[in-house]
Amino acid sequence: MEWQVDDKKASVLKVEDVAVAYKIRGGEIEAVQNVSFEIRRGESFGIVGESGCGKSTMAWAIVNFLGSNGYIKRGSIKFQGQELVGKSGEELRKLRGDQIAMVFQDPMQALNPSMTLGDQMKEVLTVHRGIGDKEAAKRCIEMLERVYMPDAANVMRRYPHQISGGQQQRVVIAMALLNNPALLIMDEPTTALDVTVEAAVLDLIAELRRDFDTAIMYITHNLGVVARVCTRVGVMYAGEMVERAEIQQLFEEPQHPYTQGLIRCVPKLGADKADSVLYPIRGRVPPPNNRPVGCMYTPRCDYARDRCFDERPQLRIMGNGTAVRCHFAEEIDPSQWIPSEEIKPAHTNIAANGEAETLIEVHNLKKYYEVKGSSLKDVLGLGETRYVKAVENASFAVKKGKTLGVVGESGCGKSTLIKTLIGLEDSTSGEAKFMGFDITGDLNSRNEKLIQELQMVFQNPDSTMNPSYTVGQQIGRPMERFGTVPKNQIRGEVIKLLEAMRLGENYYNRLPRQLSGGEKQRVGIARALASRPDLVLCDEPVSALDVSVQAALLNLLLEVQQEYKTTMIFIAHDLSVVRFFSDDVAVMYLGQIMEIGPAEAIYAPPYHPYTEALLSAVPIPDPTAKQKHIRLDGSVPSAISPPSGCRFHTRCPRREMLPDGGKVCAEEIPPWRELENGHRIFCHIPEETLRAFDPVISTETS
Amino acid sequence: MAVAQPTQKAERPSRWQKIWQSISIIFESRVATIGLLMVSFWVLLGFLSLFWTPYEPNSSDFIQNLPPNSVNWLGTDHLGRDILSRLMQGTQVILLKTRLPGDGDVAIPGGVAIWGVLGSLLLGSVLGLNAGYRGGWWDQIIMQVLDALIAFPVIVLYLVVIAALGQGDLVVILAITITGAPGVARLVRSLALDIKTRDYIRAAETRGESVWFIMFREILPNARGPILVDAMLRVGYAIFAIGTLGFLGLGLPPPDPDWGNMVNEARKSIFSNQWAVLWPALAIASLVVGLNLFADGLREELTRYQK
Repeated sequence: MEWQVDDKKASVLKVEDVAVAYKIRGGEIEAVQNVSFEIRRGESFGIVGESGCGKSTMAWAIVNFLGSNGYIKRGSIKFQGQELVGKSGEELRKLRGDQIAMVFQDPMQALNPSMTLGDQMKEVLTVHRGIGDKEAAKRCIEMLERVYMPDAANVMRRYPHQISGGQQQRVVIAMALLNNPALLIMDEPTTALDVTVEAAVLDLIAELRRDFDTAIMYITHNLGVVARVCTRVGVMYAGEMVERAEIQQLFEEPQHPYTQGLIRCVPKLGADKADSVLYPIRGRVPPPNNRPVGCMYTPRCDYARDRCFDERPQLRIMGNGTAVRCHFAEEIDPSQWIPSEEIKPAHTNIAANGEAETLIEVHNLKKYYEVKGSSLKDVLGLGETRYVKAVENASFAVKKGKTLGVVGESGCGKSTLIKTLIGLEDSTSGEAKFMGFDITGDLNSRNEKLIQELQMVFQNPDSTMNPSYTVGQQIGRPMERFGTVPKNQIRGEVIKLLEAMRLGENYYNRLPRQLSGGEKQRVGIARALASRPDLVLCDEPVSALDVSVQAALLNLLLEVQQEYKTTMIFIAHDLSVVRFFSDDVAVMYLGQIMEIGPAEAIYAPPYHPYTEALLSAVPIPDPTAKQKHIRLDGSVPSAISPPSGCRFHTRCPRREMLPDGGKVCAEEIPPWRELENGHRIFCHIPEETLRAFDPVISTETS
Repeated sequence: MAVAQPTQKAERPSRWQKIWQSISIIFESRVATIGLLMVSFWVLLGFLSLFWTPYEPNSSDFIQNLPPNSVNWLGTDHLGRDILSRLMQGTQVILLKTRLPGDGDVAIPGGVAIWGVLGSLLLGSVLGLNAGYRGGWWDQIIMQVLDALIAFPVIVLYLVVIAALGQGDLVVILAITITGAPGVARLVRSLALDIKTRDYIRAAETRGESVWFIMFREILPNARGPILVDAMLRVGYAIFAIGTLGFLGLGLPPPDPDWGNMVNEARKSIFSNQWAVLWPALAIASLVVGLNLFADGLREELTRYQK
């Protein structure tokens, strides 16, 4: 691999046996315990783990930003040989921004909305280095160009809201690099970004690390991202570092059962439900005030023995240089692992039972939103009405018992599409038929029976349940409302559903605040199923959850689908999840379906150029996989005045393949290229050329 | 597949323990505890006065304008009535009973201030929920009318209502309801605007629930925390308003003593006897301050516990 760690390189950060505690009412809790690692110059060290494992707390501890009730209880943090623990606030303040820089998840919150980007960036230099205003401005522009910011000089005069999210994150990174810091701490810097933007930012980070020789501490929950940017990785679990390894070793020979579990529960890109199974990790991360005495992982570990319950393991170095916190790491062979009885492959054989009837059919469905102008003319109603064309000419059909996956970046209209189908919005024009009934109108124009047949599962576990009612009341309400179950049997039915969700009767009287995110989503699914709908629309049901919970929930959805023969439309931005879960996939860009067809056809050539770009941007949790390098320029155009012709032509990397530099793409709306099995591509490029594209991903094993 | 682990032990606390747990929030805050003590002092005194007062509140048994002494602990007023007895009975009309019009001494439990605030909560919630949840023209019309109402000085509104309907407990309740409703409506509207964006409201809509069900069953229960705190403050304002009306001679009709009226009457002899003004003024102030402290402390603790 190109980024081998050079042992001779100077150590930038050395963390030894650190424990961080927070004082709470009536005591204190140790959020982070016994964490040790070292980062050298030019190295990027990844910290992965699920939420609540203390990743961010560790980052805060380094810059002593723990808040008024947090403090470093034990251990030492040495930065370039200097001890940071016990330093005064003023000394640390000087280090931050000068020697240590941080980049956070949400760039919009890291930038001051009331200052121009130029002023904010210059401040870094004028405050820490005492550089004059002109010189500072010059350096800022250079740095912005370095992070590939188009039109850098102009960007300096703009405000944060005037540039896109990906560009904002570039500005934040440029700002962090201005003083050429020795250590750059990045806390989920790409989590809030779309996959194509994320890919470009990750490229940038990898490149900057090589060029500036900066040490990077990279915090993320995404194994794919780690595989792309990190050289070494520390896996954190319940406040402890359980494994520390070189990136390749971590993926090839994961030592700790937790790491093995994490790798197993992520769907591989290209895996589908018919031939692969997701293996969730059972249980959940213990809260910091209720951790087990022995090994933290025992309650969830398949290999736990008596010793694991009594004695906490120490971090020890294995033969291959990997450090692992497990008593029996040598004896565990992940290839011999047998999934516990509870996990059964959920493959559906619905595909086999021939031609099912079409449940929902949509033809040229449009949804436009009127945009209100603010000029006097607009107020008087004389101005020209403008529209956000959120969904344009969507056509598809879903057969009974099948799943249609819809992918696309944010703002592509996928949420609007299902809102229109379920009736939260009415459609502007086009046809939509559900079991022969017209569903182009909103809920007011639908009868009760139709409303009952379409239900929805929502994205955000924290707002999917009404905090004032118990689980039982909320699942029972649809049954009561639609009269699907006689009143005196509702309780029994609810409990049956809860059991189908693997929740059990004791959840009946719980309030939402007593549930975890995954449990809330299960209740959300149960509520959607309570009225026995034929079609369930899922709006990113797993994207807010940790990977192990996500795997369990996907398995559950598959099982439910099999049992209740439910048809689903499944929205997600994670391409591997969609591939795993769906029979058919539609790829959307700027309100337009670009490609639609059987899932396996979408993920293999022929591709639509946009699909190709999306696939090449997905971070793959496998450092050996070869992926085509296609990056999209610019940002998604405005949906108020979408580009003429093909909506994707402004960013299409394949446009040059057509004569006249793809003049036709800008002028004419592309034709639907019909391929086999209902696979359709919305592109000017002829079918033969599309077929000649190489596959985006090639793993060495395949 | 992973079976979700129970969040806590199966043993659940009893109903009393639960109630005690929710009440004990109050005692986490010193401010709220002090406020609660001040309020309960007056409430207890009021209950006591239902059965016993040191002397007959409305009979002139003593020398006029006495300073505090061993017989009349707080002194006597300009007609020679015992001030302590009158103060004690004064809490009744505010907090404990409402006299219905008619010949007999018919009264319903709950004082004028309490009913007034309940009235403004009810009216304000209905208006605020409609404005916030339905939006559009509903919002425009309701809020414009309420804003126009807010633009009037409160005293003028009171005068209009009382001039139109005459004096009486029910009229004062109506006056408090009308002046309080716009504020409640604004609060409820802002809460509804926030809550209606949540997914569980979408879930209710996709279930085809009626607008009223969504407003009262899905939104209102989640707005109860801020509404409760606001109601506490409003009881304080209402007591203040009753005091003001009494002082202007427009408040609660005799025979029951009214604190505002007591101040007004004692004012005439303020140069000979300051005590008679001081006591009812202090009573109003301490009850209002107590309610404010209680509401503030409660709000602080509620927001801290909210997640």
